[in-house]
Amino acid sequence: MFVIDATVEKSIELDNQIYLLKIHSPQIAETIRPGQFLNIRVSDSYYPLLRRPFSVCDVEDDFFYLMFNIYGEGTKILANKRFGDVIDVLGPLGNGFNYNGDYDTAIIVAGGLGAAPFPFLIKKLPQDKNVYSFIGGRTFKDVIIHGMKNILTATDDGSLGYKGTVVDLLKVNLPMLNSSRIKIFGCGPNAMLRSLKEFCIDNNLDCEVSTESAMACGFGICQGCPIESVDNPDKFLLVCKDGPVFNVKDVII
Amino acid sequence: MSNVDLSVKVGTLTFRNPVLLASGTVGYGSEMSELIDLNKIGGIVTKSLSLKPRKGNPPQRIVETPSGMLNAIGLTNVGVEVFLKEKIPFLKKFDVPLICNIAASSVEEYVECTKILTEEETIKAFEINVSCPNVKEGGLQFGNDVSAVGKITEKVKAVTDKPVIIKLSPNVSYISEFAKVVKKEGGDAVSAINTLVGTSFDIFTRKPKIKNITGGLSGPAIKPVALAKVLEISMSVGIPIIGIGGIMNWKDVVEFMIAGASAIQLGTVNFIDPAAAEKIISSLEQYCIKNKIEKLSSLTASYNL
Repeated sequence: MFVIDATVEKSIELDNQIYLLKIHSPQIAETIRPGQFLNIRVSDSYYPLLRRPFSVCDVEDDFFYLMFNIYGEGTKILANKRFGDVIDVLGPLGNGFNYNGDYDTAIIVAGGLGAAPFPFLIKKLPQDKNVYSFIGGRTFKDVIIHGMKNILTATDDGSLGYKGTVVDLLKVNLPMLNSSRIKIFGCGPNAMLRSLKEFCIDNNLDCEVSTESAMACGFGICQGCPIESVDNPDKFLLVCKDGPVFNVKDVII
Repeated sequence: MSNVDLSVKVGTLTFRNPVLLASGTVGYGSEMSELIDLNKIGGIVTKSLSLKPRKGNPPQRIVETPSGMLNAIGLTNVGVEVFLKEKIPFLKKFDVPLICNIAASSVEEYVECTKILTEEETIKAFEINVSCPNVKEGGLQFGNDVSAVGKITEKVKAVTDKPVIIKLSPNVSYISEFAKVVKKEGGDAVSAINTLVGTSFDIFTRKPKIKNITGGLSGPAIKPVALAKVLEISMSVGIPIIGIGGIMNWKDVVEFMIAGASAIQLGTVNFIDPAAAEKIISSLEQYCIKNKIEKLSSLTASYNL
């Protein structure tokens, strides 16, 4: 964990107001793992005041990528960053995905901007793993396939792919994947994660999810990002430090 | 090396510089030690400790507001026993004065915590939190009551020889009345201010953004309020003041000292720039050199009204 100035290389606008910011920082590129995040100060002013947490979307040579949409003041400022602009980055933070292990098929389940951490994960997966990406959104505009492999899509309104939730799509297709050694990696809105958790537990599937929370510091001192633990009802876990990636069996979402 | 003397005194306590890290913004030191050299800091105030561990409030605990943030953590902490067993050994490695912040639900609990912790030599002083806005029992129930603050000060002083600092609430009409009673009952100093009660709504769901409904406002938004409270105490009560409230840089520190603070605490800024303390300390030295100030402590209450 360190604080470093990183230089923006370019801002890329994907379809439907999704932005990719390519940022130069050999130190971050070298140390970050899939599923970890950075806490970014978008300006020196007092508004916005706090850093903004972003999972790292991808890493390429000495560069890392952030994926976001314009949601508030912070992301508006970030979307306007251009070549040469310097941003203050704190990281790498959090634990990241456990992607080495005894399974042969990795299944990505992403809802909306929950797609953000997966291009990097897919790149880092060992060569011998099969990958399927189940990508969902409310409408076709919310489906983000950037950096995904073997894609199946679902939308609530049926405007792209399967009509229904991405977890329903997974239920329908799981038997056809023909593997009993599956590991699921999920990220998306809490409603999606809850339904994914239920499905994985019912079907005895190993599943890790990347969670999200409002937070201030990003490294455990503000205690602002609690998440309920299954094992110990007397103590919260922290999304920033104990997560953001959790096995679905360990947390109440 | 310059000849500038950055050291300050708060009652009988001496700090190598006036920059302390506020309770709840430095945890128990371990995370922060990865990002700054704790040996350079004036002092550390621990996260509030209670007799037993506290789980704290459910999420959402934090929301950003203009130039500030609201928090309702709810005094999450490991409790006195775990603190002594698991956190103190790490803190012992550093040459930095350790102030233990205590939060409790009853006068007896404040006394019991102090009694246990005072045996630990690493702890140099106590800061008694009578002003947490985010818990049902204790907290503001005490902080708004002059006689309760007096009683807590008296009872805690009776069980320790170490300096006792009372952390005051700004959510009162006359903070100086509270500082007066602290002095009368033998308190060594006051910290001013704790957070201001605030709230924020989601205009679409009409629900408060914080689960606890209200939270404590901190950050640069509260600095003018904090300065006025420090000045009020300084002008009417002869008790050392540790200034807190929205300090972001060295200029803010100088301002608090002029208004009456002997030392200051950095809070919210630690979340944004964990290295702020180190930067501020070196800038304070430069300020003294440029302005030919030999002793930084000479700034305290040097206001020219």
